[in-house]
Amino acid sequence: MREELLTVIEKNSRIDLKELAVILGVEEIDVVNEIAAMEAEGVICGYHTLINWEKTSIEKVTALIEVRVTPQRGQGFDSVAERIYKYPEVRSVYLISGGFDLMVILEGKTLREVSTFVSEKLSTLDAVLSTATHFILKKYKDHGCTIGQKKEDEREMITP
Amino acid sequence: MKNPLSEAVVHIKPSGIRKFFDIVSEMNDPEVISLGVGEPDFDTPWHIRDEGIYSLERGRTHYTSNSGLMELRQEVCNYMYRKQGISYDAAQEVLITVGGSEAIDIGLRALINPGEEVLIPQPSYVSYEPCAILAGAKPVIINLKAENEFRLTAEEVENAVTDRTKVLILPFPNNPTGAIMERKDLEAVARVAIEHDLIVMSDEIYGELTYKGKHVSIASLPGMKERTVLINGFSKAYAMTGWRLGYACGPAAIIQQMMKIHQFAIMCAPITSQCAAVEALKNGDDDIVEMCTAYNQRRRYLLNAFREMGLECFEPYGAFYVFPCIRQFGMTSDEFATRFLAEEKVAVVPGTAFGESGEGFLRISYAYSLENLKVAIGRMDRFVKKLRAENEKGQS
Repeated sequence: MREELLTVIEKNSRIDLKELAVILGVEEIDVVNEIAAMEAEGVICGYHTLINWEKTSIEKVTALIEVRVTPQRGQGFDSVAERIYKYPEVRSVYLISGGFDLMVILEGKTLREVSTFVSEKLSTLDAVLSTATHFILKKYKDHGCTIGQKKEDEREMITP
Repeated sequence: MKNPLSEAVVHIKPSGIRKFFDIVSEMNDPEVISLGVGEPDFDTPWHIRDEGIYSLERGRTHYTSNSGLMELRQEVCNYMYRKQGISYDAAQEVLITVGGSEAIDIGLRALINPGEEVLIPQPSYVSYEPCAILAGAKPVIINLKAENEFRLTAEEVENAVTDRTKVLILPFPNNPTGAIMERKDLEAVARVAIEHDLIVMSDEIYGELTYKGKHVSIASLPGMKERTVLINGFSKAYAMTGWRLGYACGPAAIIQQMMKIHQFAIMCAPITSQCAAVEALKNGDDDIVEMCTAYNQRRRYLLNAFREMGLECFEPYGAFYVFPCIRQFGMTSDEFATRFLAEEKVAVVPGTAFGESGEGFLRISYAYSLENLKVAIGRMDRFVKKLRAENEKGQS
């Protein structure tokens, strides 16, 4: 049940528990217990809403920052990653294989705010060797959802 | 002027589906929700579409061999072996057709001599009976029963067989009932088919959509491959209805005669569809699982909703249809569907569109998103309550 449950709520975390139990073909109490267990185990880390900010009057800028760092003795990349992810404006931090080490996703109100963060906070960390900042110009698809398009049902109304 | 028309064609009844289609079209009302569609709501998975596009870019725009691209026939054979353990010869025993529907038509034409009988279990897909008539056969209808969950029993076949019976059509998983045939059911029917030397035309277009164990093909049972024309296609399993691509597998002697009709009538199935289908068979197994899981969730949702409404419905384990019984309201299927459409703006198909034994039932498709189904079920609940109130008033 766990895998199918996760697949459903990954796409729709607002689904009613009773309905979730029905479509999975199990008892409601089992769904409640399983979700509670996964929350406790840290399998489920949170419930979020996918927002197209462009449709609001709120300005947001998102940047992907490639960061090259010197690993720390005994701690590898973890301690520098921690110093970075503790900033609330940092949305995500990933350790990456290939030409650089950390991918930092940053959200700010303006370009200036983001670049200030990079030049004053990020680049000045001892372990950071270099950064390359890429601003997101347009989001086409996020979290598996195509942004901005609603698909019409083009099928005939009745077919055999 | 002479009568310009063929008597045989004129005498064929128009599809019961068509009538409802016309009513819905005339309404032209954006409020109408349809649960009347017999095709997946998913778009064809992108990697399959991409392969079609790529084939066009490479200029693959010509005829293929009459039987279909060898590569595709080979993939069909691999698929049949992988899923059903049946070995077919790609050169002689596989024919790529324009949808499963073409395979039904040319299959019957290749098998039937005038006056021979074709057993057609109903409720079932709308094309078997007219295709049998056009092939010169006498259709013999077997009315499937709700108490058997609309499965076909050996006894029903036995009772319908005469010395003129040539073909048994086996339409499972079934449209419109959602019924399946499990191994034990098939074994019983296979015994009768062998005893009476029947050819089985097994339409397994919904074979990938089952919710109680894996689909079993009758052709995989001992002694059946040599007397079975297995029809399948890409429409339902891979959400490829508009590509119009299906296939038939069977004994070389039959397939080669079908190929003869196909080569004169059609030449070959569209090459773009065939190229895309190769990709579907090679890399599409995961897509099937994903879509099947979604259908199963909706199926459970509907069954539960009907139970809560007090609507009698056997549990269907195949295709994407449920077939609830509406006899308790004292209306015909047609009356119910017509009023439901007029008063609640939900389109469903009366069971009678698929044969007289569909009387008292509705075909409800769950090839719709859960959100859509929820709205429709809300309206249905309201409608059912209204009908009950009317009936009580009528009695008092």
